[in-house]
Amino acid sequence: MYLSRSARVLLRLATALGLTAIYTPLLLVLVNSFNASRSFAWPPSGFSTRWWSAAWQETGLRAALATSLKAGLGATAVALVLGSMAAFAATRYRFFGRQSVSFLLILPIALPGIVTGIALNAAFRTVLTPLGVGFGLFTVVVGHATFCIVVVFNNVSARLRRIAPSAEEASADLGAHTFQTFWYVTLPAVRSALLAGALLAFALSFDEIVVTTFTAGPGTQTLPLWIFDNLSRPNQGPVVDVVAAVLIVLAILPVYLAQRLSGEPLR
Amino acid sequence: MSAPAAARTPVRRLAGVLHRHPGLRLAALLSAPMTWLALAYLGSLAVLLLSAFWTTNEFTSSIEYRWTTANFLAVLTDPQYRTVALRTLGIAVSVTLIDAVIALPMAFHIARVAGPSSRRLLLVAVLTPLWAGYLVKAYAWWVMLSHGGILDWITAPFGGHSPGFGVPAVVMVLAYLWLPYMVLPLCTAFGQLPDSLLDASADLGAGPWRTFRSVVLPLARPALIAGSVFTFSLSLGDYLTVQIVGGTTSMLGNVIASNVTLNLPLAAAVSCVPVLLIVGYLLAVRRTGALDNL
Repeated sequence: MYLSRSARVLLRLATALGLTAIYTPLLLVLVNSFNASRSFAWPPSGFSTRWWSAAWQETGLRAALATSLKAGLGATAVALVLGSMAAFAATRYRFFGRQSVSFLLILPIALPGIVTGIALNAAFRTVLTPLGVGFGLFTVVVGHATFCIVVVFNNVSARLRRIAPSAEEASADLGAHTFQTFWYVTLPAVRSALLAGALLAFALSFDEIVVTTFTAGPGTQTLPLWIFDNLSRPNQGPVVDVVAAVLIVLAILPVYLAQRLSGEPLR
Repeated sequence: MSAPAAARTPVRRLAGVLHRHPGLRLAALLSAPMTWLALAYLGSLAVLLLSAFWTTNEFTSSIEYRWTTANFLAVLTDPQYRTVALRTLGIAVSVTLIDAVIALPMAFHIARVAGPSSRRLLLVAVLTPLWAGYLVKAYAWWVMLSHGGILDWITAPFGGHSPGFGVPAVVMVLAYLWLPYMVLPLCTAFGQLPDSLLDASADLGAGPWRTFRSVVLPLARPALIAGSVFTFSLSLGDYLTVQIVGGTTSMLGNVIASNVTLNLPLAAAVSCVPVLLIVGYLLAVRRTGALDNL
């Protein structure tokens, strides 16, 4: 499309401004984690790594990280299985209510986290507590998996729509049974979509706080819960800053992985 | 493997049964996800909705299973709830509009103007903050907005000061948080625009602005709606950003959160407001095909 010089410059300027706005707060957190003073007054008064060593020695932080990893892996596993099953059903079959399936899948992520959270909380209390299952890691995994299913579903069904069923038919013609076809033909074709979906699901779970608040028991603390808990403590500010800085730097990892996996940026 | 021998293994027999009955395959595929979502999730929502008709004992705050519509009446008639609901709606709409205005030129530049290599880099640059974490970003803004923070420092030479904590800060931070969700679908949509249409528009004498308004924007509408689903519904249900940078402001989410332990029926009744708004919005935009772009 032909654009005048000034239009191009304006567009470039808008993009540059947008990116500056996106990255300024993040860079500030990084800089502040080396701030010598306890307050966040700008400009920083000096350079220090003492908050980094303080964060390293925080035992609650490590426990919270471990809980978050466990919850993320559990939720991702459930979401992978359920999400791909739903994706196969919705893309390979025509049935009554197919539209409602995708609507139902989107619902947990579209509805406010707090509604999902208190709904699950009420349900767990009425159904699970009488069975002797208390609030803890298990309920967190159930809550997270509920809204992670949709990202796996989206990734896998997008891939399934693109691959023609002819390869599967050829496999059947050559004598492979349903499971062999799935294992040798379909699975390799959707593998990278599964990985991308899993990555997204894990990230969603790792970052989630609202549903977690209402589904975790008093003894279960994920990393976001730890951060939120320490935000309100006046002396913990710099340590929270270090954790935030680490998370910002680590954010490059999944984007890089997704690039390697699919050759396209992850959404 | 000889066919008669293979036919005897139970795996192959099961595979054969599944192969002959597509309905059975479909049922097997759908059973687990639908049990989880339709039974567990919709069931939980139903339990919540039902509990909105119960009542709370004022002294013990325990739930009494007595049917009443008082909670809904309170939500509908109490001016306090109406103010909060309208404020929340206003915040969600402003966030969506701000994000659309910022994202449109950015996405257009990334998808149509930037070269292939810088396009990829720019996309990654927009995406990476999505992974940095919700709390981390809200917290970064809290640091920036707080007294003596960088916003004070930047605006001080011009005699200004940080906007402080309140509704403007909430709108700003929410718009910041959800911006990538608006940029991404727009980038995809702009990237898929056929060149021929843009050329035809230029051949017919339309300038870039006219082409954008009459050709590009209508074609990008589903993507714009898809992005707005995120910005609108995520803002509508938010309550942590408000707690962090909102000062004394409260949104629907806060009203729900503060009532959960003491008065669950009321919290359930209040949560019907954002749920109805979002479900209504989703149903309205489903016809445009925007939901397939999510």
